[in-house]
Amino acid sequence: MSITIEDFIKKIEDEFDELEPGKLKPESVFREMFDWNSINALVLIAMVKTEYDVTLNADDLVKSKTVKDVFEIIRSRYKG
Amino acid sequence: MANFITSGVKISGLAACVPRKEVSNYDYKWVSAKEREQLVKTIGVEKRRHVEKGTTTSDMCQAAAEALINGMQVDRSQIDLLIFVSQTRDYLIPQTSNILQDKMGLPKTCLSIDVSLGCSGYVYGLAMASGMMNAFNIDKALLLVGDISSLNSAYRDKSTYPLFGDAGTATLLERDKDAPPMHFSLEGDGSGYKAIIIPDGGMRNFLSKKSFDYKKIAPGIYRSPLHVALDGIEVFNFSLREVVPNIKQLLKFSGEELTDFDYVIFHQANKLINDTLRKMLKLPPEKVPLSIGKYGNTSSASIPLTIVSEIQNEVRGRNLKLLLSAFGIGLSWGTASLVLQKPYCPNIVEI
Repeated sequence: MSITIEDFIKKIEDEFDELEPGKLKPESVFREMFDWNSINALVLIAMVKTEYDVTLNADDLVKSKTVKDVFEIIRSRYKG
Repeated sequence: MANFITSGVKISGLAACVPRKEVSNYDYKWVSAKEREQLVKTIGVEKRRHVEKGTTTSDMCQAAAEALINGMQVDRSQIDLLIFVSQTRDYLIPQTSNILQDKMGLPKTCLSIDVSLGCSGYVYGLAMASGMMNAFNIDKALLLVGDISSLNSAYRDKSTYPLFGDAGTATLLERDKDAPPMHFSLEGDGSGYKAIIIPDGGMRNFLSKKSFDYKKIAPGIYRSPLHVALDGIEVFNFSLREVVPNIKQLLKFSGEELTDFDYVIFHQANKLINDTLRKMLKLPPEKVPLSIGKYGNTSSASIPLTIVSEIQNEVRGRNLKLLLSAFGIGLSWGTASLVLQKPYCPNIVEI
């Protein structure tokens, strides 16, 4: 089963109430989109683990700027 | 030997003690009102209890133990084992368990030991107490488990201060040949010892003037090396990696199914971790009681405190099959499967 970035964006929007639906794009930078802090990082890691069974670590998040960056990491580790 | 059984030992009493002083995260002025709300929503801690200066973990454990001893009219001279599981002892030396033995009027023949474990402490403690009782022919044992985290978390560290609460618990174990077996699966990985650590004040980094210097670690996170440092993402990923396989390993060993259990009681790490673990196991919320909203993460005390706080009436009313899952500092983790046969379970004691 393949995964899409559109679906990933939808899941992020479902998780974070403060995000206006439709505003988040693949090229959006996390730090600019909303109050990006360590708690939100954990919420994202939890969502990715639950939805994709993929583990993101602190390094992954430091290296990733955009939604697409994170999605590419998920895709590379996703086992279906 | 990660998996084992202890048989012929029952939990005959279970009590918990918390400080009277309540602290609310809605009053945590170090972070903005918006961040306070986000904290409460995500980590799930609304309130927690803090000891007054001078009160120790052992005071809370003793109060809980006295509630059992008095309520059950236990003959103190018959208690032959006292295990104090905590990472917040009264003094660096001597061991706290001996002080408790004397203060509680237990006999000199009572074998008293301290065990240094945190979040995994209750499950490990049950395994050690029941195992030693069988090995040494001991009929009655007190397992005292708890921690004070309010004193060693820095107020200006938003990654620890809002999370932790203080609590002490007491469990009375008795040998009973008809008691159903307890199954355990215990594991650890010391390579992760830095994930939760107080770097200074022990022997490796002995107390020095520098130990008192605060440093900015990240925005909103200032602390000294005498305060607990918590690597949130590391602990989070560790919990999600190890806990579910450990539970599955135990169930395979004991030949039980997750659906056999009345409740699954997790260490109260934070709500996000606990909810994620619950979803990974496909358990409904009503099977997984949480006390984290009222008491925060109380380290080693969290499992017995959750039992007394959330399911006390059922504990008193009927036999309960419980799966206990504890994980954290060390890193150290474990699962226990047991049946509570209506132990004496008094109301939470306040000190």
